[in-house]
Order: sequence, then structure tokens, then C-alpha cells
Amino acid sequence: MRIKSTLENYVFVIPAVAIFAIFYIIPFVWVFQLGLYEWDGIMPTRVFVGLDNFKEIIFQDKIWWQSMLNAGYITLIALTFQNALAFLLAWACDREMRLKNFYRVVFFIPPVLSEVVVGLVWQWILDGHYGLLNGWLVQMGLPQLVRNWLSDPNTALTTVAIVHSWKGFGWGFLIFLAGLQTIPRELYEAARVDGANAWDTFRNVTIPLMIPVAVLVGILTVLGTMQAFVLIIAMTGGGPAYHTQVPVLRILASMRGSSRFGYACAQGITFGVVLIVISFIQNRFSKKYKA
Amino acid sequence: MYYKSKKVVVNLLIHAFLLTIAVSCIFPLVWMVSSSLKTQETIFKDMSLIPKEMHFENYYLAWQEGGFGRNFLNSILYTVSVVFGIVMISSMAAYAFSRLRFPGKNLLFYMFLAAMMIPIPGSFVALYVLLNKLHLRNTAIGYILCMINVGMSTSIFLLKTFFDKMPKELEDAARIDGCTKMGIWLHVALPLAKPVLAVVVVLNALNVWNEYILALVIFDSKPLMPLQVALMTFQGEFITRYPLLMAGLTIAALPIILVYLLMQKYIVKGVTQGAVVG
Repeated sequence: MRIKSTLENYVFVIPAVAIFAIFYIIPFVWVFQLGLYEWDGIMPTRVFVGLDNFKEIIFQDKIWWQSMLNAGYITLIALTFQNALAFLLAWACDREMRLKNFYRVVFFIPPVLSEVVVGLVWQWILDGHYGLLNGWLVQMGLPQLVRNWLSDPNTALTTVAIVHSWKGFGWGFLIFLAGLQTIPRELYEAARVDGANAWDTFRNVTIPLMIPVAVLVGILTVLGTMQAFVLIIAMTGGGPAYHTQVPVLRILASMRGSSRFGYACAQGITFGVVLIVISFIQNRFSKKYKA
Repeated sequence: MYYKSKKVVVNLLIHAFLLTIAVSCIFPLVWMVSSSLKTQETIFKDMSLIPKEMHFENYYLAWQEGGFGRNFLNSILYTVSVVFGIVMISSMAAYAFSRLRFPGKNLLFYMFLAAMMIPIPGSFVALYVLLNKLHLRNTAIGYILCMINVGMSTSIFLLKTFFDKMPKELEDAARIDGCTKMGIWLHVALPLAKPVLAVVVVLNALNVWNEYILALVIFDSKPLMPLQVALMTFQGEFITRYPLLMAGLTIAALPIILVYLLMQKYIVKGVTQGAVVG
């Protein structure tokens, strides 16, 4: 009776565990295994090369490290510009006012759209010859600012980073707003009674209470932005000349472009390790700030 | 008097700031729709927001000639199947993790939890190899199973958290009435979980509809591709027919925006809850 009941209970988790085992655990193990081989993904034979793939990534693959730096640059812009914007908007919305719901709904439209849609629409707006942005610049009498935004090596990466921020700030906005709304109104009231002006209250009440939330948003931003790449495929495809390459795009290129499945997996592991180290550091950092 | 006018000015500034950003969020979409109504000749010259002649036939052309109709229906099929699969499989597992007893329960649950936290960039490489071996590459079922796996862990977590807090009385009553465990899960627990199921449905639906990379590596044949991949291939082919592309993008964005506007409450809830999980 007991055994029958236990078996019955297993039935509930079997579908989930089966799918998880096949589509998560097996690929997970294979990534590590394949990383040690040179294989084109088609041939029945693959050549064991030990850690050669990793050596090549670490010591020879300049484009890989360039793409890591690019992702770091985009992340830096997301952390500063995007999150500052998200916070300011949340702070501005955290009051009784008209249109509050309208703003809240609108700011989360970019995040629900697909990266393909966002990337292709912005690519059209930023097009060097026929794009709306350049058209406006000419109309406003600023033709010297006209650029090939996405194919000029000087502007491509920053442009991509800004569009990425445009797409992403809504996440931070929602989380910051939720955080701000947990601050008891009495605290503001008390500060006002004590004669504090708006700036004092902002600096001494709002900011300290929001630090844990900011750390959380920061962690989510870093992990999300480092792995972003679909938007970039849609906007530049990684060009011009590798200027907007990012790690996941390199992995895809190793797999589909050069048919080096083993190398692609080794890149995936290397990048995964980097991400885990980053989130480990962030976790240490965030514990320090948790109330 | 002075204070009052100062307050008005501050309020105006705040609204100006918020409104600027709000316009920047909507404008690219307006421009997308506007471009979708122009022709291949006028689109490169005509910068007007509301074109003089509106070429609604672009939507027909995109649907038929561009082949987006087929891909749109694929996207619907994949989204519905994956979401249905996730709801069934995750709620069953989450119910067991919350209510039933069996050896290895915690270990299994932590396994799902760990999967949420450990990033494996490049897992699509191994998934491609796996589906090849299983002869599921370039098939709808292969893609659907992969996507069920993608959304499962978070959904199990959200549902288990809900079941943990749910009072047990109704389930006890059902048991006394002779209801089986499966019956209780299906007829008692699931209906009570409607609010969190809505979150699970909406978040996963958005995720599947917008998914790109797995679909890219899994599908070779265009008639099987979901809309996102088809749009990208269309952009790469020949000389880009921008009006048709923009019409295709509008077709891809419209359902998402509608679902978002209707289910906004659940998305906000999902995001703020999801953030706490992370």
C-alpha cells in the first residue's frame, strides 16, 4: 500500500524529470565532453584533442576576447545609463499623479517585444542612407552629425548598446518601482516634519533603502546583458569587422560558420565559467548590502 | 503661492521627462507601421509619418508572398503547444513537490532550482547534436520539447511557491470524498492556482513567441520556421523589401502587444516575483 502510493507520487514528477534529463542534463554533460574534441558536427568520427580548444581560446583567439570586451562595454552602458534611467523613471512615477498607469504600461512595451522586431526596426531607423534618424538630422540642419550609425566602427557598438538599453530599461523600472512602493510613506512624512527638503529626503531616505534593490537590478542586468546577442544579430550581425561581436555570437559562428562543434562547446564552457565567477562576486557583494 | 507655483513647475518637468521617454518607447513602433504602408519606391524618400497613400495590400503580400502567414501559424502552434505542455507538466511536478511524499523529492526539486541559476551559454550546440541523434531536428515536436524544458524550471518554482501557501482544507475534503491524487491535482489544486497559472501562461507565451536561437539552429526548412526566424531570413534575402519586412514585423509584434495590454497585471506580477527568485 505504502509502496503503491509512493510510486503513484512519482508519476507526478516523471514527465518533468524525463524532459529535464533529456533536454537539460544530457546536453549539459555533452557540452563538457564535446569541448575536448575537434568535430564538424556531421562526421561519425571525432578527434580527441584534450584541452587544445581551451588553449586556443585563451591564448590565440583574439576575436573571442574582443567580443568579451564588447559585451563588457555594452554591460557597462546598461549598468549606468540604462539603470539610472530606470531608477529616475521609477522615482518620478512613485507618486500620486495623472497618467501613472499609462507610463507604467508604456515603459514595459520594449521589453515584451522580440529582439528580432526591435533590432530590425531600429536598424531601419538608423540606416545610413535612408534611415529616419539621419533624415531628421539633415532636416534640423545638423548634417555634420549624419553617420552610418551601425556600420561605422566608431559608433556601431555604442549604438547597439543604446538600443539594448532602450529595450531593457523597463525591467529595472518595474523592479525599482516595486521597491520604492515598499518604502513606508510615514518615513517621508517624518522627514518632512523634521524640516528635510525633497533633496534631503531623496538622499537620506530613498537612496539608502533602495541600495539592495539596485544591487538586485545590477545582478540581473549583468547576467542578461553579457548573454544578449539576438538584438545584435538583427542590427549588425556582429559587424562591421567584428566591432559588435559578443561571446554567444562567436559560439554560434564557431558552430555554423566554421563547423567546429567542439570549439563552440569549449567557448560555451569558458563563457559559462566567466558568468559564474561574475555572479559569485556579485553575490558576495550583495550579501554585504542586504538588510 | 510661491510654493504652489514651484510645485506646478516641478510636476510639469516630471511629466515632460516621463512623456519624452514614453514617446520614445512608442515611436519606433509607429514608424514601423507607417513604413509598412509605403511602397518600395516611396519608402526611401517619404519621411512622413502618415503616408499619403496607404498600401494595406503590403500585409496581404507579406502574408502570402513573404510566406509570413505560414510562419505566423507555426508560431501560434508552437506557443500554444509549449505553454500547454509547461502548464500540465510543471503544475503536476510542482504539486508533487509541495504536497506529496517520495524519496529524493528535495534532491529533484533542487535540481530544477539549480537549472534556473546555472547559465549554459552555447547549450544550443549540444541540443542541436542531441536532436540530430534523436531524429527530431527540423521537426516541430523537437522544438516544442526543447522549449518546454526551457520554461519548465521557473514555472515549477512559481507554482510550488503558490501551492506551499495554499490552504489544504479543500484537498482534504476531496480526499475524504474519495477523490484520487490525480483528481485532486486536476479538479481542486489547478482551479485554485488560476492566478499564478495566468502568470505562468503569459510569461511563457511571450518567451516562446519571441524565441529565436533554438528555432534558428533546429529548423532548416522555411515552412516549419516560427515567425521570428522567418523575418530574419527574409531580411537577409536579395534586396530587402522593406515595406513587406515592416508589415511582417508588425504582424509579429501585434499579438504580443495585445496580449501584453490585456494581461499586463500578470506580467508585472511575474516580473517582480521573478526578480525575487533571481
